[in-house]
Amino acid sequence: MNQEPLLSIKDLRTRFHTYEGVLTAVDGIHLEIYPGETLGVVGESGCGKSVTALSILRLLASPPTKIEGQILFDGNDLLKMSLDEIRRIRGNSISMIFQEPMTSLNPVLTIGEQIAEAIRLHQGLGREAAWEKAVEMLQRVQIPSPRIRARDYPHKLSGGMRQRAMIAMALSCHPRLLLADEPTTALDVTIQAQIVDLMEHLKEEIHTSILLITHNLGLIAEMAKRVVVMYAGKIVEEAPVEDLFFEPLHPYTKGLLESIPWMGRKIREGRKPLQEIPGMVPSLKEMPKGCRFHPRCLTAREICRNEEPPLIVKPPRRVFCWLWI
Amino acid sequence: MINPWMRFKKNKAALFGSILLLIYFVTALFAPLLYPGNPSAPNLATALERPSIKEPLGKDELGRSILGRIIYGSRVSLLIAIGVVCVGLFIGVPLGLISGYYGGKVDFGIQRATDTLLAFPGFLLALALVAVLGVGLKNTIISVGISMIPIYIRLVRGCTLSVKEQTYVEAARALGTRDLTILFRHILPNVMAPITIQTSLGMGTAILFAAGLGFLGIGVQPPTPEWGAMLGSGRPYLFHAPHVATFPGMAIFFAVLGFNLSGDGLRDILDPRFKS
Amino acid sequence: MDIILQVKDLKKYFPVRKGIFSRAMGWVQAVDGVSFTLYPGETLGLVGESGCGKTTVGRCILRLIEPDSGEILFDGENLLKLNRESLRKVRAKLQIIFQDPYSSLNPRMTVKEIIAEPIRNHLSASKGEIQDRVFYLMEKVGLHPEQANRFPHEFSGGQRQRIGIARALALNPKLIICDEPVSALDVSIQAQVINLLIKLQEETGLSYLFIAHDLSVVEHISDRVAVMYLGKIVELAKDTALYTSPKHPYTQALLSAVPFPDPKMKKRRILLQGEIPSPINLPEGCRFYSRCPYRRNFCRESEPELKDIGENHWVSCHFPVGE
Repeated sequence: MNQEPLLSIKDLRTRFHTYEGVLTAVDGIHLEIYPGETLGVVGESGCGKSVTALSILRLLASPPTKIEGQILFDGNDLLKMSLDEIRRIRGNSISMIFQEPMTSLNPVLTIGEQIAEAIRLHQGLGREAAWEKAVEMLQRVQIPSPRIRARDYPHKLSGGMRQRAMIAMALSCHPRLLLADEPTTALDVTIQAQIVDLMEHLKEEIHTSILLITHNLGLIAEMAKRVVVMYAGKIVEEAPVEDLFFEPLHPYTKGLLESIPWMGRKIREGRKPLQEIPGMVPSLKEMPKGCRFHPRCLTAREICRNEEPPLIVKPPRRVFCWLWI
Repeated sequence: MINPWMRFKKNKAALFGSILLLIYFVTALFAPLLYPGNPSAPNLATALERPSIKEPLGKDELGRSILGRIIYGSRVSLLIAIGVVCVGLFIGVPLGLISGYYGGKVDFGIQRATDTLLAFPGFLLALALVAVLGVGLKNTIISVGISMIPIYIRLVRGCTLSVKEQTYVEAARALGTRDLTILFRHILPNVMAPITIQTSLGMGTAILFAAGLGFLGIGVQPPTPEWGAMLGSGRPYLFHAPHVATFPGMAIFFAVLGFNLSGDGLRDILDPRFKS
Repeated sequence: MDIILQVKDLKKYFPVRKGIFSRAMGWVQAVDGVSFTLYPGETLGLVGESGCGKTTVGRCILRLIEPDSGEILFDGENLLKLNRESLRKVRAKLQIIFQDPYSSLNPRMTVKEIIAEPIRNHLSASKGEIQDRVFYLMEKVGLHPEQANRFPHEFSGGQRQRIGIARALALNPKLIICDEPVSALDVSIQAQVINLLIKLQEETGLSYLFIAHDLSVVEHISDRVAVMYLGKIVELAKDTALYTSPKHPYTQALLSAVPFPDPKMKKRRILLQGEIPSPINLPEGCRFYSRCPYRRNFCRESEPELKDIGENHWVSCHFPVGE
């Protein structure tokens, strides 16, 4: 990549101060997103992927959360901005869509109003003009009869339509970066396919980069160009998507890829037991010493138990694992 | 799991309430140790005596020790409080469970009866029942207890309705568990939190209602020391011997306050956990 | 061959109530004439998207929801004709595993009590015998018997699901209905539970009705698969047959929509256009008409029936794909 990154995260650490002590959800990660690309972030529950996205837009309540590090966007550190400055970025140059559209849409406002509100706020248009643009956005996300639908309340729409409405809202101000946190997990498979298709089209039209957060490896294979794998608050591997799937370096990545059933596998290989990753994801309160994955790793060695693995760079890939020294 | 005691301690009001209750229970339990002697023995020569070193709370219109009567009165009101919530619990909880779990006609019938009882303000209902049943300690407990039943029915029915939708109740049915077992092993334990809170608040209310009846002279009868009755008999002397009515009044106040603050504190620690 | 479960023309309609008196203004035909057979030792997958009725079918078989009509023959007996007590007894051999590992276990019961519950319901056994059985079951599902006195909240999602499985196995059932058993679990745990279910089936010869929306998981675990759409089965076939040559246009679209973990594969995706008909107001002809890429006028007029088009491959379509 010889371009400048659009977003550059350096040493991000997000901690929650609770009754039970300090829980570190994201523990020192470095990440870059370039213009016009889809970066996939893959991991299971508790790995910190959602918290990373929320940290970028500072959507976590500031006590009890403490965020350290640097997030550079357009040369400015998002973590050092005032709340007013961050508000001007939210929904405007950086937008976010969530897993559950029903809880992220305001139930007492029509979807047209919600989209128009974002437009009025960030683009300074008057009521009429903003409404027109809102209808136009609904058309772009392929909601049928957009002018009529704009007057509907969220509960009148199906799950897929609500997700489209949320995408319309997020893209209404042509953001340069879209944070998509499990955007299709709550949807039926056929609707999911439509939304994926929509997101790819709009990405091309509006020249947005997407940070795609999901646990669904199939989705990553389809949409992402580069992938970052997270585990227990840290990044364990980063690679272009084909390298990740065909030559995974980190044992966790390998384990994940081996453990998912995919269609046609049984026909090809017969029904064999899926390769399991033994044990379970460590709780934030009891993080293992050394490499966080070592209790579950079949190739763990003495050093893995005692010391955290260093960064090993094999451009364009990165991996944190003692095996690759 | 967040330590519930830590959270309770942080709630200063609840802590204060529990201290009050502690004093109250200890007083009731150890009454003879705290005041040896018969508090109901009249001594007209010393009637309406002001508080002194020997008698810190003074004497009432029959020369009896107010301190002694308040101490022994705590037993009476504690007995009433426990009796009343027992009536409410043993009748209200099963009816609430049945009403919520089975629904249909049974639910309809029980709910309309409950509606009728709840149409009356609690104290008036107790009053009306005393008019029917008569005065005295036993009837006070029964009347105030009956006025508490519909509250438990409503509370338990509401919780039952939500607990019965939980998957583990469906699982129990799928396992062939009998209905009665489901009610008592699955639903009741998960409804205990609001019942406990209501019981704490209910005991405070019971003392208050019983005191009200006593004040009017239709509750616990003399010579049994009951705070409300003491308040009532002290009323004529309010101007020249205020201590006779004031101290029993304060006893009622602090006891009920103790139950209310503790109940609220319990609600704070039990409710959010209950929701999760 | 023995049949362990035979469902014939199962129907369940839910009323849609409106108005002050909650009159039934219409009916949601959640399950509208579903029939299938299940053999000992096999897994029948039941797939479909939300609203297709698959979960309702599962509940109806156990009579956790009372069906409106049809026959459910379990081991020869029609479950719908049993009285409460006989039905209760049958429940020893016909069990269910639920989707949500968090709400399917009573938070106030210990693991031992949870697993022992079915045993206590149906057998009179001594405390010692019950404890032995509970420990045996816990080991069988990969849990440590020392943890028998703990409460559900002390376990992870995957472990709780194992507790649910142990509970379902307690009385050696012949059939277990698996209602989305791995959907709520992390990816790396799903493999553990799927492997466990398959292993248990191989050891005991029990049958599964595996209800799920994740087609990859269903393909892996099932021997035959039924696809449901708006209350009806539209296709039923052996797993390999269904996945390599689906005959119903809906199945075809469904399979093409599943994201595949291979970045090199360029998907030829069939994107369904058109609206899903309201389940209250279903059209006369084929229910898939409004979204079918191959529809013809005839499809609008007459509703297709589920027919065997050869080698036990059943399709409900006037013009099956490739025929």
